[in-house]
Amino acid sequence: MAIQSATSEEGAIGTATDSRGRLVTSDGTPLRRALERANRRRKLTALALVAPLLAFILIFFAFPIAQMMWRSVDNPQIVNALPRTLVALEDWDGQGVPDEPVFAALHADMMEDLDRPRREQAIGPLGIRLNYELSAARSAISRTARSVPNFEEPYRDAFTDAHRLWGQPELWQIIKREGRPLTLSYYVAALDREYDADGNIVKRPENRQIYVSLFGRTLALSVAITFMTFILGFPIAYYLSTLPMRYANLLMIAVLLPFWTSLLVRTSAWIVLLQQQGVINNALVGMGFIGDDGRFSLIYNQTGTIIAMTHILLPFMVLPLYSVMRTIPPSYMRAAKSLGARPWTAFRRVYFPQTLPGIGAGGVLVFIISIGYYITPALVGGQSGRMISNEIARHIQQSLNWGLAAALGTMLLVGVLVLYWLYNRLVGADSLKLG
Amino acid sequence: MSSKLKLIGLSSAVSVLALSAAAQDPVSLTIVSWGGAYTASQQRAYHEPFMEANPHVTIINDDGSANALASLRAQAQAGNVTWDLVDMLPSDAQLACDEGIILQIDHDAMLAAAPDGTPASEDFLPGSLGECFIPQIVYSTVLTYRPGAFPDDAQPSSIADLFDVENFPGRRALQDRPGTNLEWALYADGVDPEDIYEVLSTPEGVDRAFAKLDTIKDHIIFWTEGAQAPQLLADGEVAFATGYNGRMFDAIEVEGMDADIIWDGQVVEWDGWVVPADGPNEELVMEYLYFATDTQRLADQAKFISYGPARASSAGLVGEHADLGIDMAPHMPTAPENYFAPIVLDNDFWVDYGDELRERFANWMLQ
Amino acid sequence: MSMPAYYTVKDKIWHYTFRVICYAIFFFLLAPILIMIPLSFNAQPFFTFTREMLTLNPDGYSLRWYRDFLGSESWMRSIRNSFSIGIAATIVSTTLGTLAALGLSRSEMPAKGLIMGILISPMIVPLIISAAGMFFFFSSINIAQTYLGVVLAHAALGTPFVVITVTATLVGFDQSLIRAAANLGASPTRTFFKITMPLILPGVVSGALFAFITSFDEIVVVLFVAGVEQRTIPREMWSGIREDISPTILAVATILVMISIALLTVVELLRRRGERLRGVTPG
Repeated sequence: MAIQSATSEEGAIGTATDSRGRLVTSDGTPLRRALERANRRRKLTALALVAPLLAFILIFFAFPIAQMMWRSVDNPQIVNALPRTLVALEDWDGQGVPDEPVFAALHADMMEDLDRPRREQAIGPLGIRLNYELSAARSAISRTARSVPNFEEPYRDAFTDAHRLWGQPELWQIIKREGRPLTLSYYVAALDREYDADGNIVKRPENRQIYVSLFGRTLALSVAITFMTFILGFPIAYYLSTLPMRYANLLMIAVLLPFWTSLLVRTSAWIVLLQQQGVINNALVGMGFIGDDGRFSLIYNQTGTIIAMTHILLPFMVLPLYSVMRTIPPSYMRAAKSLGARPWTAFRRVYFPQTLPGIGAGGVLVFIISIGYYITPALVGGQSGRMISNEIARHIQQSLNWGLAAALGTMLLVGVLVLYWLYNRLVGADSLKLG
Repeated sequence: MSSKLKLIGLSSAVSVLALSAAAQDPVSLTIVSWGGAYTASQQRAYHEPFMEANPHVTIINDDGSANALASLRAQAQAGNVTWDLVDMLPSDAQLACDEGIILQIDHDAMLAAAPDGTPASEDFLPGSLGECFIPQIVYSTVLTYRPGAFPDDAQPSSIADLFDVENFPGRRALQDRPGTNLEWALYADGVDPEDIYEVLSTPEGVDRAFAKLDTIKDHIIFWTEGAQAPQLLADGEVAFATGYNGRMFDAIEVEGMDADIIWDGQVVEWDGWVVPADGPNEELVMEYLYFATDTQRLADQAKFISYGPARASSAGLVGEHADLGIDMAPHMPTAPENYFAPIVLDNDFWVDYGDELRERFANWMLQ
Repeated sequence: MSMPAYYTVKDKIWHYTFRVICYAIFFFLLAPILIMIPLSFNAQPFFTFTREMLTLNPDGYSLRWYRDFLGSESWMRSIRNSFSIGIAATIVSTTLGTLAALGLSRSEMPAKGLIMGILISPMIVPLIISAAGMFFFFSSINIAQTYLGVVLAHAALGTPFVVITVTATLVGFDQSLIRAAANLGASPTRTFFKITMPLILPGVVSGALFAFITSFDEIVVVLFVAGVEQRTIPREMWSGIREDISPTILAVATILVMISIALLTVVELLRRRGERLRGVTPG
């Protein structure tokens, strides 16, 4: 639009032609080039306006996330700690316990490490890394490291005497398999799988599988919450859209006040209401509906997560629905009815289909937000109401398995981005309405 | 203040400064701990006397201990260590020590000897010192029950009773982690306290522990935060709850909750200091540590919270609660009448097997 | 919703049932927030209405939790932090966001979709992931546990709102006004302040409000990036809820609800003004 009008403007000035018959501007430059230049300048101005924010977001937002994702495949510990051992292991066939040269290389690696300043020692991180793959590998490493200076040949016996794990092929298979700078093992673990003795990826024993079901639970909870917001949001959005603007704006406060109220406030409100000794249970006991020992467990479980999150996310469903419903002319319904449709049929066949964009927008929005939710499940979810975000946080802050946290986080992020892409296809990001 | 007085003040300040410029520069130490009543007890027993003796020092409390390991690692990787001293559990300390992000401690050289001259390494309770770890207190996870939930002639008295739903019906509140629960399951199943970790490091032992837990599965409520356990008991929500002995002491003695502690099978653990490597004020921190972990200071902390001092020589000095006037000695986990069947938490075991068992426990909780 | 005369009994029943359902849902939305207000005046440390409160006995009510709140140094610090961090983050995100929105709404802007996608991403990416990434990165450049770190993090989270609201006001913006001003000899700066700014101001202000409330309400990033010195109100509430939930939380919550009401009013006024200015008549 702007380009076209620019052309006409400049065209109006440049009526002269040059020797070759091309249109030129008043200072003699060919019109085409002048236009291109003007266009490029505009483009550059536009870019220059966007550049500061773009740079800011790339540096302080996108890069940190990319860096975090990198941790899910980054695997320096074994390569750093055991360079000689890895070379010696190249000839090992993966069966049984390796021969003396490998142990001699291990001894040399460990001795060299002991000479380094403490902060640069690679053995500690190596033990922690190997322990992710094999329990007790950490103490195998750290105990051996303490006695390594006293070891005498044959080293193989010295090591296997120092800790039983050195005599197990499993530990050596892990060292060989993970002895490269990049790894997939965090993703393998995040999918509840592991490597078997032959290096194939197989399912973990059932009693250690948690992440896939946690992803499943996160999805199920998000679906439930999205559905609940739809069930509760649709009637009030419809009701609001039928009211005259003045009343609608007034009632809209009921939707907007929660929207503008601190998340922590809303979460604590639900704790107050839902606790065993909280308002709801006390009221029910007080009115004699339930006995004092029959109080409901409404919180610190999935129920708590669903109730609190439905309340918190409901405005995100109502607002897009409402803005779509406002644009649906009531005459359509009237027309359908006057043509003989029963009210229910008219609603189902004529009105409802027109609200689908709003349902799509609100639904995807609520779903995207709930799938990555952290605070509310952490405070009211107990065990069964925990979601994948809580596990990611735990691995970052407590178990310190940052690689696994990054793998789980990357999977969550990819899921959300796919959803967002769908959302974009469905309704367009520009249509995100606020307030 | 008149200008003359000001002048005198100024000149004397200048002369003091001239005498010992470095010592008088105001310094602040950031000490990370658990917050709440625990930090308060440290404030009164350690920080306040230290600041009194060293007026130029200000101690800033940060209650980030729960996630200290992650922050410490991030700070170390960035080469920007802002914390001076961190209170953490020995298992976290072991990991941090393996990574080389906290200082190794030469206990005899860095810490005060007992008043009778016993070197620190012998005065601290056996097994409590770590390569990088200086214990302050002994705490324990204990089983607590509500007497009102059972008939007078059939009150529970042992860990085995926790697993006996027939004779001791009612819900049980357990912490949502494998530690303590697996130990108790084996203990109740007849394993000797000394052998628990040996059994638990075999797959059969783990199966055995989970099988025992299965027997009470339907009666369990899980708690996450330390404050929830006494709360659940106080609300009459459960008949039994496991919890930290200090929290339980507070709830029973201070808040007047009707509950009793079963000391049988108490799971004993330490808590203490670690010094971040390359911290901003290493020398001063060492001075603080020498002061704050001596016999008297450790005994003092027990005046404010019912955790036992980690030094043998402190035991005799434990007196009355500073505010309540209760004699604290019988409430210490280490009091002889309480310490008859302790299970000493094996941190090395939990660092090794923690990830695996946590996964299995998480899976089990949701089954 | 007026009821047409031709409604049958069944229609009428449905009509009223529907209204009851709707008001029940409005109740569900508002009640949890409003119920905290009276409870915050509870004289007892309970989260429930005591007998004295229900009989409106003045002894059942007290201001003790407000005194607790006002007397607590850590709460007061958290208020200072919340406002200073919020304001600083708002300034950064509003400035950068407004400029970017101006650029984005130019038709010459290349790769608009891609750039918009990147700029909006802080709103889409789950907070836990943003927080984790920032925790690692900010630690490595020495701004974790500093005010600067928290402000930059919150500014990043707040910019999408500014970009969206300002872009929205620019949709109805008549570009020929700028050309007219230029033709009449106004410098670009003068054009901006005399023509563009007044027109997009409602968008800028409501974007700034969104950015502020984003920072003011944000907790996940604070949990990861802030140190004890930078604790904000939500962070303090988080500790309060997890450690020992006392009605002090309700006093804080009541105050925050009041703030939200104030903010809501401002946004509503701005929206109306914006619609008037852009000639959009409320239907």
